[in-house]
Amino acid sequence: MQHARVLGSVVATRKIPAWHGQRLLWLQPVDRAGKPSGRKLVALDTVSAAPGQAVFFVRGREAAEAIGDSFNPADAAIVALVDRLESWSE
Amino acid sequence: MKLARVTGNVIATVKHPALAAQRLLLVEDEGADGRPNGKPRLALDRVDAGEGDRVLVLDEGNGAAQVLSRARGPVRTVIVGVVDEVESFASGGSTS
Repeated sequence: MQHARVLGSVVATRKIPAWHGQRLLWLQPVDRAGKPSGRKLVALDTVSAAPGQAVFFVRGREAAEAIGDSFNPADAAIVALVDRLESWSE
Repeated sequence: MKLARVTGNVIATVKHPALAAQRLLLVEDEGADGRPNGKPRLALDRVDAGEGDRVLVLDEGNGAAQVLSRARGPVRTVIVGVVDEVESFASGGSTS
């Protein structure tokens, strides 16, 4: 599960039925310092994240398990809103 | 499984039910030089790992579900061991 910042929301009226009623957000993965790291991606939102917020998301098959109908093609899903990170390194 | 360092603690009030009541830590995989690679990941802690510990991290959903003794969910990264020592047969040395 990785750290990211929410860039915005993705609006798609026509989408596969399993995603009806689901929010899709645009994410920028970030590194330890909070700087962009890696390619932007779109993820299912299960925690009502807002633009600008720090989140954790899960990649891979497990992302699809985040919503009730787990037979869906999601490859990324937001699973936590970050209140605070206590970094012990440096 | 990968060798990683525990580099931080995560406080998240709003989270998916699959993460509820779980200890969440930041871990960074070890790079080629053995130092944290600067790319933190969120992991569920099942072994009471702590600050700076060298740990064994599982990053795979099916195994995570087994370790957590439950059906599959949106969870794939779990700390499954605290490393005491790694003996390298290549260099003959050991690191901890």
